[in-house]
Amino acid sequence: MSVQTLSLPSSSSRRMEERCMFAFLRLTAGLNVLVLGLICAYLMWNGLPVLSWSFLTEAPRNMMTEGGIFPCIIGTAILSLGALLIAFPLGVASAVYLNEYAGKSRSAGIIRLGVNNLAGVPSVVFGLFGLSFFVTFLGMGVSILSGVLTLAVLTLPLIISTSEEALRNVPDTYREASLALGGTKSQTIARVVLPSAIPGMLTGAILGVARAAGETAAVMFTAAVFFTPKNPSSVLDSVMCLPYHIYVLCTAGTEIDKTRPLQYGTAVVLIFLVLGINAAALVIRDKLQQGR
Amino acid sequence: MPNYLFKEKLIQKTLALTAGLSLLSLLGIVLFLFMEGLPLFANYSPMDFLFGTLWYPTEEPGLFGIFPLFFGSVAVTLLSSLFAVPLGVLTAIYLNEIAHSNTRRIVKPFIELLAALPSVVLGFLGMVILAPFLQDVCGADTGLNLMNASIVLTLMTVPTICSISEDALHAVPRSLREGSLALGATRWQTIIRVVLPAALSGIGTAIMLGMSRAIGETMVVLMCAGGGGALPDSFFSPVRPMPASIAAEMAEAPVGSEHYQALFAIGILLFLLTLVFNIIASHIAEKHRQTGTSSL
Repeated sequence: MSVQTLSLPSSSSRRMEERCMFAFLRLTAGLNVLVLGLICAYLMWNGLPVLSWSFLTEAPRNMMTEGGIFPCIIGTAILSLGALLIAFPLGVASAVYLNEYAGKSRSAGIIRLGVNNLAGVPSVVFGLFGLSFFVTFLGMGVSILSGVLTLAVLTLPLIISTSEEALRNVPDTYREASLALGGTKSQTIARVVLPSAIPGMLTGAILGVARAAGETAAVMFTAAVFFTPKNPSSVLDSVMCLPYHIYVLCTAGTEIDKTRPLQYGTAVVLIFLVLGINAAALVIRDKLQQGR
Repeated sequence: MPNYLFKEKLIQKTLALTAGLSLLSLLGIVLFLFMEGLPLFANYSPMDFLFGTLWYPTEEPGLFGIFPLFFGSVAVTLLSSLFAVPLGVLTAIYLNEIAHSNTRRIVKPFIELLAALPSVVLGFLGMVILAPFLQDVCGADTGLNLMNASIVLTLMTVPTICSISEDALHAVPRSLREGSLALGATRWQTIIRVVLPAALSGIGTAIMLGMSRAIGETMVVLMCAGGGGALPDSFFSPVRPMPASIAAEMAEAPVGSEHYQALFAIGILLFLLTLVFNIIASHIAEKHRQTGTSSL
């Protein structure tokens, strides 16, 4: 009895401490949700009144102080989907090699090191690389092609790691069954492993599109321009895009206050786009996890 | 060799080549950064570059002392970590140890969505919400400053730190918690004295990756940090972190000029810094994997 009172604080004070700390933890977690909620609410409040059919379908007018953002929406769609078109096949092929062929070999280790470090490179450095390699060295100029290639390199690590994860989740029994039936390794991969890994890979692809659509620093030297009067007609044209449009409107214009509504409107469109795409990916993933 | 074996071999080689592409990209990035950036040091001393305190790139001759820019990067990264580390780790503890599984299924996607917010939108919010607030309520001379950029960066790094820390906590074996609870500890004591120490290396990885994200982030520091080229004298002074200088000045620097080379040299430094952070992070993660439960 005496030992207990000497060494331990009473159980009620310990419980009190626990209660206080748990309340504090709930508060911090709630803060995150609150911040995201407030950000979205604030943007909606200021941005939704600006949204209209003409805002979405017209080009900017009058030195960008009026009109809509149609060219930016098109530009963002071209850049992010184009990047995916290049990065997805390459990413899936890399993941297949890493997971199905290389396993834990030394070459796989080196490649994985490369992928991990590529994922950590800041986006502005991708922009510098795009500028010096695609724009200047290969002579593509500030164009859709340069932007798409830069974004493809940027999203590649994300697609490789999600695809590898998806492949890893395919049970070995599938592979063994196919091989036992006389399928070759490539037949097994093409007809058994890939079909069951496709949903997981699509989640990665969707996240990649969202990442590319919201990316600014990597496209500002390689593809995006303040304003271009015509719609892009070839891959060597430069484009306008949503993230860069927001940046330009709220920092470089002479009439920053006058274009404030346009800035909110563009931000809301971008948020809808990116969060919508992400939410879709989360839903798919949730479905997958429940199905397993 | 039978025909199909040849085909198999061919497929394997093609896939291997494709997988090599990401390694090649990384090498390409290094190569082109150095090719464009290193010529600066032919007639500008690296010491003056790293420790010079004057950044006047458009003067004749140009002064390329990046110390204030480097200091700005370090300052926003450290200040934002000061906010983001407790916030991220505590949220991870809440999600993994305390929250009911239903709450968890709602809160976790929210945090993942927070991670997906485009940085330009966060920068925009820093300009329209936080800047007037800092100016009016905190009495800062300008709303766009070190504090503003750090707070906005916090929003970006919390999700990174939180989700990786949560993975680390999740990996702590259940038996450790049960052992502690069976000895009469409360859940809080179990968390703080057993679970947290066991997950510490994973949390270290999370913090490193969060800081690496903060130091390389461009749009937020470009829009919210104010762009002052001098060393800051308070938390409310404008700063010009390295990525912001690159993004703001690249358009006006003629290709191949000294200014252009200096911006690429900053790019090299930035690349190396994030590389170091990532290597430390994966080193910690590697050690973590090898220890397992027996060595705790």
